[in-house]
Amino acid sequence: MKVLMFGWEFPPHISGGLGTACYGLVKGLVHHKQDIIFVVPKLWGDEEPLADFVNASDVVIDYRERKFKKIWKNLTYLEVSSFLVPYLGPEEFKKYTDYTLHDRTDVDESVFSNKFEFSGKYGKDLIKEVSRYALVAAQIAKSKDHDLIHAHDWLAYPAGIAAKEISGKPFIAHIHATQFDRAGEGGGQGPVYEIEKAGLLAADHILAVSHLTKKVVIEKYGVDPNKVSVLHNAVLDASIIQSSVRKNVPEKIVTFLGRITFQKGPEYFVEAAKKVIDRDPNVRFVMAGSGDLLNRMVERVAELGMGTKFHFTGFLKGKDVDDMYAISDVYVMPSVSEPFGIAPLEAVRHNTPVIISKQSGVAEVLRNAIKIDFWDVDAMADAIFGLLHYHSISKMFKELGSEELKKLKWEHVAAKLVTVYEKLHQEQP
Amino acid sequence: MRTICFYFQVHQPFRIKPYRFFDIGEDHYYWDDYSNRSIIRKVAQKCYLPMNELLLELIRRYNGKFKVTFSISGVCLDQFELYAPDVLESFQRLVATGHVELLSETDAHALCSLANKEEFVRMVESHKEKIKRLFNGYEPKVFRNTELIYSDKIGAMVAEMGFEAMLTEGAKHILGWKSPNFVYQNSVDPNLRILLKNFQLSDDIAFRFSNKTWSDYPLTTEKFVNWINAIPQEQEVLNLFMDYETFGEHQWAETGIFEFMRSLPEAVFRYTNFSFSTTTEAARNAKPIAKIQVPTPISWADEERDLTAWLGNDLQNEAFTKLYELEAQVQKIDDPDIIRDWKYLQTSDHFYYMCTKFFSDGAVHSYFSHYDTPYDAFINYMNVLSDFILRVKNKLKALEAVDK
Repeated sequence: MKVLMFGWEFPPHISGGLGTACYGLVKGLVHHKQDIIFVVPKLWGDEEPLADFVNASDVVIDYRERKFKKIWKNLTYLEVSSFLVPYLGPEEFKKYTDYTLHDRTDVDESVFSNKFEFSGKYGKDLIKEVSRYALVAAQIAKSKDHDLIHAHDWLAYPAGIAAKEISGKPFIAHIHATQFDRAGEGGGQGPVYEIEKAGLLAADHILAVSHLTKKVVIEKYGVDPNKVSVLHNAVLDASIIQSSVRKNVPEKIVTFLGRITFQKGPEYFVEAAKKVIDRDPNVRFVMAGSGDLLNRMVERVAELGMGTKFHFTGFLKGKDVDDMYAISDVYVMPSVSEPFGIAPLEAVRHNTPVIISKQSGVAEVLRNAIKIDFWDVDAMADAIFGLLHYHSISKMFKELGSEELKKLKWEHVAAKLVTVYEKLHQEQP
Repeated sequence: MRTICFYFQVHQPFRIKPYRFFDIGEDHYYWDDYSNRSIIRKVAQKCYLPMNELLLELIRRYNGKFKVTFSISGVCLDQFELYAPDVLESFQRLVATGHVELLSETDAHALCSLANKEEFVRMVESHKEKIKRLFNGYEPKVFRNTELIYSDKIGAMVAEMGFEAMLTEGAKHILGWKSPNFVYQNSVDPNLRILLKNFQLSDDIAFRFSNKTWSDYPLTTEKFVNWINAIPQEQEVLNLFMDYETFGEHQWAETGIFEFMRSLPEAVFRYTNFSFSTTTEAARNAKPIAKIQVPTPISWADEERDLTAWLGNDLQNEAFTKLYELEAQVQKIDDPDIIRDWKYLQTSDHFYYMCTKFFSDGAVHSYFSHYDTPYDAFINYMNVLSDFILRVKNKLKALEAVDK
């Protein structure tokens, strides 16, 4: 099968989990002998040569093509009706919308130049880049032969729709996270939601990273359940990591590692820590990461008077992340909403027992973990205590961990995806 | 004389309430009264009461030619006394007919035969007392161990306690080419007769009755009687052993299970040369055919018919070891609450909930467990056990202080 795939980032130049997932999936598909044309807004030249990479920044658009005008009209509408980019504060929002309203002509001109230098980032010009990306997609769909179109997350949905407009091939929308995961209940409005919804409704088939996400897609976007398949994520490397790092405190260490933001449920971790520390002085808690709730967490820890037992490391990367997993006795992921959540699998690779919230997609595939509701602080504290005191659970997790990881490989995921591809290809009129 | 031996297991554990680690040392009551009561009441309405009624009707109709055997665990009897005296009375009425046999078992439906001989003997004794008290001086002569767990060694202990016969599973890996439809003997003490469950025909009723994907669905008395007639003439004893909750609870009334049982005796009497017997009669009347060798324990559970549903994984082993380490200490303490909790904590179901054999028999396991995962079951149990250990230690300290 020849698949025209639209992403937004690809390793090694990534800033989110999306790039890692795309990489794993492409690698798995190559294993099953699929031909991938992978388009990203900006290529850096040091990507692993797994696919026929296309750098959107290099594509010259022949804007005399009539269909392009139509596509652009739709996209302009989208842009004008939105004016904004996610994650802006109210003041910045006003400045930006003013600018957009007054400078429409500029936008048009730059977009319609033959070439466009994408940043490939998630900045203020995101919506503009998304639109331009769609135009490039149409050009590529015209020049590159393909059987299917596969687009990753909302950033690439307009590209997928545009490509389908040109080639008429089946369009698969892959959803790694919805706007509800990013913005909570307020996710049901605004341009990102609109783009997401348009993509999901236009898609011939949808791939959701978990049953949890599938449910959101059906309930919040009104999508026909029959066109949604669940395709769980996997690990790039299923091997167990033997670390030589040793902790330098005698106490047990319980770790939270991730963005310190509402979606990740850090406050529940803090409350559970208090309950454990009250009964067991031989434990230390670590919150690793940064985010908008960091200061509030620091304040809460101080308020609870456990500052000497609860530590903040700030943002960690690379080897520090690995070391943190390695010295932890328990890893907790109390996410309020997590479409998948790959981090617990990394903890398993370090033989660290994990507690995960039932509100995470990974809970659907990871068997050897303790699963709790994110809000159930008592259950979380109890699970932490159980893992620290009753050793047979950790022992079992260790024994079964490597076996379990082997089942969570990208090649298995890709095999499932190939059957979806084949079915769509056959059903095509 | 060829005969059918129906034995029904009646058992409900005392389920443990959600018990957090911060309850340790604070809260010494472990039992989930609400769910225990509501489960007993539910099963009473769906199974115990209507099925007892039906059996009484059949015993009367055939004037004692139809008979059955029950084993009722002590923990279940305790719950009948607490929550369902009506059920207890209806069992008493059945036993009073003289055509219903009661078996001996461990009071707590425990796994102590695998841990500690003294505890095993004590558990059997206390169940015996309970049966005597509740059933007008009744004395069981045949023994059935928890989950039909049996080995040569366990059989020898049972023989030593004076029982005539014992029941177990007709496990394929034990029997090989041999048939379960004979009476066998314990290999250590041949005086102990062994009755083996015919799992094929038992499970046709207990597990497959309402399974629409089964090629023999629906099971009618005609079919069943044909299968019985297909058994070679020289094979004398057909042991149909199953959970009593099969009737109305595992197989709902809507499946027609009650109608099947109502018309089965008539079909057997009319179309076969089989009679019905209690286990004692079956064991006494048949000539034992051979000794049976069971060096490693078997049970009636899962495909493997071994102990892995209760013991074997790290969770189960840790809980089991920590529990039985207490045996000697608990014996020094004469406190009714400690003795009760010590018993109830031994019930096999607590270990069953910790089973991690998800793939092959996972469906059956999750049906019988109220925990989301075996890890939840383990943590909850260990929290309770931790508190119990503290109580035992404190009691012993108090005793020592008095001695000094």
